[in-house]
Amino acid sequence: MSSKIGLTKISLSIGLASGLFVSSLVQAEDTIKVGVLHSLSGTMAISETTLKDTMLMLIEEQNKKGGLLGKKLEPVVVDPASNWPLFAEKARELLSQHQVAAVFGNWTSVSRKSVLPVFEELNGLLFYPVQYEGEESSKNVFYTGAAPNQQAIPAVDYLMNDIGVKRWVLAGTDYVYPRTTNKILEAYLKDKGVSEGDIMINYTPFGHSDWQSIVSDIKKFGSAGKKTAVVSTINGDANVPFYKELGNQGVSAETIPVVAFSVGEEELSGIDTKPLVGHLAAWNYFMSVDNEANDSFIDAWHAYIKDENRVTNDPMEAHYIGFNMWVKAVEKAGTTDASAVQEAIIGVSVPNLSGGYSAMMPNHHITKPVLIGEIQDDGQFVTVWQTSGLVAGDAWSDYLPGSKDLISDWRMPLACGNYNVKTGKCSGQNF
Amino acid sequence: MISGLLLVMLAVVVQSAGAGLSQTEGDGVDSALELLKSTKFSDRLRGVEQLATSGHSGVLGLLSELLEGRLFYIKKGRRLVIAEEQDGDYRIRDALTGEPLGVEKARKLRKINLNNAMRSRINALVAAIDLASDSPSTRLDAVNRILDHYDVDAVAAIRPLHAVERDEQVRDAMEVAIALADLETGSFSQQVQAVAVLQESVHPAVRNGLVRLKARAGNPELARMIDKSLEIIDARLKVFAALETLFFGLSLGSVLVLAAIGLAITFGVMGVINMAHGELIMLGAYTAYVIQRMMPDHIGISLLVAVPAAFCVSAVVGIAIERGIIRFLYGRPLETLLATFGISLILQQGVRTLFSPLNRSVETPEWMSGALHINSALSLTYNRLYIIAFCLLIFAGLILVLKKTALGLQIRAVSQNRAMARAMGVRSAWVDAMTFGLGSGVAGMAGVALSQLTNVGPNLGQSYIIDSFMVVVFGGVGNLWGTLVSGMTLGVANKFMEPWAGAVLAKILVLVFIVLFIQKRPRGLFPHRGRAAEG
Repeated sequence: MSSKIGLTKISLSIGLASGLFVSSLVQAEDTIKVGVLHSLSGTMAISETTLKDTMLMLIEEQNKKGGLLGKKLEPVVVDPASNWPLFAEKARELLSQHQVAAVFGNWTSVSRKSVLPVFEELNGLLFYPVQYEGEESSKNVFYTGAAPNQQAIPAVDYLMNDIGVKRWVLAGTDYVYPRTTNKILEAYLKDKGVSEGDIMINYTPFGHSDWQSIVSDIKKFGSAGKKTAVVSTINGDANVPFYKELGNQGVSAETIPVVAFSVGEEELSGIDTKPLVGHLAAWNYFMSVDNEANDSFIDAWHAYIKDENRVTNDPMEAHYIGFNMWVKAVEKAGTTDASAVQEAIIGVSVPNLSGGYSAMMPNHHITKPVLIGEIQDDGQFVTVWQTSGLVAGDAWSDYLPGSKDLISDWRMPLACGNYNVKTGKCSGQNF
Repeated sequence: MISGLLLVMLAVVVQSAGAGLSQTEGDGVDSALELLKSTKFSDRLRGVEQLATSGHSGVLGLLSELLEGRLFYIKKGRRLVIAEEQDGDYRIRDALTGEPLGVEKARKLRKINLNNAMRSRINALVAAIDLASDSPSTRLDAVNRILDHYDVDAVAAIRPLHAVERDEQVRDAMEVAIALADLETGSFSQQVQAVAVLQESVHPAVRNGLVRLKARAGNPELARMIDKSLEIIDARLKVFAALETLFFGLSLGSVLVLAAIGLAITFGVMGVINMAHGELIMLGAYTAYVIQRMMPDHIGISLLVAVPAAFCVSAVVGIAIERGIIRFLYGRPLETLLATFGISLILQQGVRTLFSPLNRSVETPEWMSGALHINSALSLTYNRLYIIAFCLLIFAGLILVLKKTALGLQIRAVSQNRAMARAMGVRSAWVDAMTFGLGSGVAGMAGVALSQLTNVGPNLGQSYIIDSFMVVVFGGVGNLWGTLVSGMTLGVANKFMEPWAGAVLAKILVLVFIVLFIQKRPRGLFPHRGRAAEG
């Protein structure tokens, strides 16, 4: 008796499974697949899970509007687990096995460097939503986060011109993004006439928690009678004990302001913001930006995630821009073919959430406004300064000797990510 | 300009405090209040300036509400109100008359936000008011704040007060400020006198003032005097800097000792390589978080309650690990290592599932934030002072348990000679469980301390496990005193190296040093004859 039921069950489930299989095959023919390559486990899960949810929300909304080219969009989510080599494997899986039309993903620079060869080999499309150190322009990657000239340089300009800062502490975590950014900033500051003695550079390991001597050094450095500021590329976790120590040693935002490039609404939502009030951050978007596009984005996000307390942040906006650009480019090209989209997307302009339009430049970076905000006690930012217009992302910094003469332009006939205007040669080495 | 402002503000205080601003008091106030509502920070700053110079009573109250972030205006009608949060909405009252206006939705209001320029301006105004305070410590604080944002004009307000000041400390601070002003603007004899006064002070503004004067001093005698003063100041600064580094080293050392002392028992006395030790620390930190969530109104007390609670939680988990897994693996170090490593992963993932992968914030009570100001060159942060004391307390407690209690006697007996202890009637299996529980519980208490210094997250334990083993091995396996000495030594060495080597290199150098040291003395600083050491 029981065995009979078992048999029926099995045959039923086989039938069901095959039915599902058939239906998914049918579906596969009239959907466009979109890859989402964000870590859902491991150390980066904190930041990247939100971006996965953002992508799913954007895709759902697009499907409600009737999809793309008459087809529904189908998200393919994979988990590279904060493991850099695994990023390359998962990227290959998305491109060759799932045949996705575009991939939205990555957070850390090292993970992007890891997938780059895969995207170039298989001619895929990657939209990268996080601020990064620049010095790269690939035919297959679209950089919707900020390049150094869209975040670091304007922040330094603000401190120098509006706050009157004369002495600079460049503090960062010891890896590629802070090292490169600080190299650019150091060159920029010296270019502006800041002397060697007025710049202090400091690197700390990942997750550093004992900030006593460094904060004490900053305090001493800042007591030389000139206005001092800290430009922080300190990453993630280490920020909390850093700001706590600043508060304990009596360094306030009024005496020595800290401007951070990696501290956003999401990072602030889990911590006690009292010691941070008045310190600064430079981004291209703040949740507190007051306009209709942003309000409706926040409402949609809260409805999708079913939690009124969730915040929005800059990389989410970058995905919003990147996704809409891709949609528009596909509509313009009439196909999802990678080469056609690459050609169509240059010059495409879509609304951003800070009240303007962002356009895709020939170097695969986008135009954005730069905002400087002060942290408030509710974990939000108040914009205290913003660029008068949009700033176009610069792939190769103008302040580094090696990349001063390089430009990137993916339009025909140049079609080069690393063109030296002095020698007139394209090196072909895009990163 | 500031001096005028200060005098006006002082006059305001003397006149009255508290009475509300009435709208009939003039256009100056009206337009200032209108400016406050502007969307531009520059306008709002001008509004603050105008309010301050208006000299009206009640301005101070309004400014301090603004500083506290309670000044709003109603979007419709632009009426200025003071709002206090109440269940997600705001209870509001008129900012000028104080008339209660009921409860309003947050969306209907707009907060008047501050930026740093406004904040420091308002703070400077409040500092001037504080100069007239009744409490000497408030006055001292105000003088120091004026020194910090040193301004020749600001000192003018201090001059008349100096003559009537009775508290010696405050008078000394005022003398420094006045001397500093004389340095800039005084006659030659005043300058000479000022230089003599100032060599007693290590305030950074003093050193800067002297260096500035030296650069433009025409008189060679004055220049020589300044050089001498600078020499004295620099020598004192050097001493204070060394003291500060020593303090930093001791506090880092006490963190290392706290993290390692539990391991000194489980690894040192029992010889169990427990890779899950870090996760036992993490459990303690999470206990502190949970207890704080249960009593959100008593942050200070919750931390004190968390110490025994964390001990119990970690001890129970530790005993479960020992009884469930480790006791089957005695004498097989490799398997123990792998099994406990597995446990550490399970505990991490368990916490990740239970509490989410996001870091949790454990709030710092008031009495643990801020610093003890010895002078302007040396201040010791309270949280580090408490951690050093806590570490020594736990260490003393452990020594007492091991030396003075029956359990301690049995632990020592089993660790020195298990067979003999058993022959004497000691239940060695029970002692093993208790020892492991003790070590684990101490790790839990360390977790409570660490929750005040670093992030409480699933990876908390991992960042301390290597350091813990390093301290125990360096100190000599099986010796508690060795752990204390080695932890403090490593902490101090690390901090003295950090200024010239950088945080990354300092840590590497310490590791290299330990490797070399262990080559020479494999049994650490204080070798101990126990089961582990013999094996």
